[in-house]
Amino acid sequence: MLPSVLRCARPISTSLALSRPLAHFRPHMDPDPSRPVERAIRTKLTDQLKPDHLEVHNESHMHAVPPGSESHFRVLVVSSQFEGLPLIKRHRLVNEALKEELSTCVHALAIQAKTPEQWASNSTIAKSPPCMGGSKGDHTVEEKLKAGRE
Amino acid sequence: MNNLIRATARCLRSGAAVYLPRQTDGRVWSAASARFLCSAADIQKDLGEMVKKDKVVVFMKGTPAQPMCGFSNAVVQILRMHGVDEYAAYNVLEDQDLRQGVKDFSNWPTIPQVYFNGEFVGGCDILLQMHQNGDLVEELQKLGISSALQNAEKESK
Repeated sequence: MLPSVLRCARPISTSLALSRPLAHFRPHMDPDPSRPVERAIRTKLTDQLKPDHLEVHNESHMHAVPPGSESHFRVLVVSSQFEGLPLIKRHRLVNEALKEELSTCVHALAIQAKTPEQWASNSTIAKSPPCMGGSKGDHTVEEKLKAGRE
Repeated sequence: MNNLIRATARCLRSGAAVYLPRQTDGRVWSAASARFLCSAADIQKDLGEMVKKDKVVVFMKGTPAQPMCGFSNAVVQILRMHGVDEYAAYNVLEDQDLRQGVKDFSNWPTIPQVYFNGEFVGGCDILLQMHQNGDLVEELQKLGISSALQNAEKESK
């Protein structure tokens, strides 16, 4: 109760100043309308795997593709649907959900598929290895980038 | 028909220039030499043979000596850590038919792809997790390959 009273008593200009640094902060979990592929990935994984926790990271900037690309992603999916399934079956479920994206604009997809129990005991996301430039001059990647832009 | 003529011409050209560099880790096959015919159906048939010919088979971008992709490199490094230096590595960047063919064959959308005894194991993520949780040492043992990290595991227990 006391903090809210203080908030009301605070002059408006101060409260704006406090919020301004946060105005452009977009937590990576927020869907970005200018990133349709990321949004599609998030939607499809949510609909099909009903995850307890989901992270979708666009890692295109780490690779030899133009800025703003949506070609390389890393996903972390925590779902009870993975229980009892070997890794390969879990990854196949993710691949299946993102079939369309993988055949059109997504060139690389790194997957971590955990059960809620596994996530609880190790809540870390892996890091992708450094790029070795293979996407540069690769016409398959160029086609996918073009598909992503359309 | 034109596709068939083009594909055949490509095969004859690349077949004539077969070179099999011997690498210190992993035998590297020219993608063209590993295939006898070049139609899509034949690639599927050849892949069936290719994945069974060697205990460990990797489809990757680049070669073990010079990987062209961070994920492919990770697979090479993991195998190296386990002391696996006898494996077949196929460079999909050399051959677009192979590149697409292996994705259809495995029903797996990305490269690298790893096969143990003709069975598809997964990509870089899966191999890395198997390496981290000790499963890789076990799977290599089933193939009759003694991992260099096997003794390290035993000592730590």
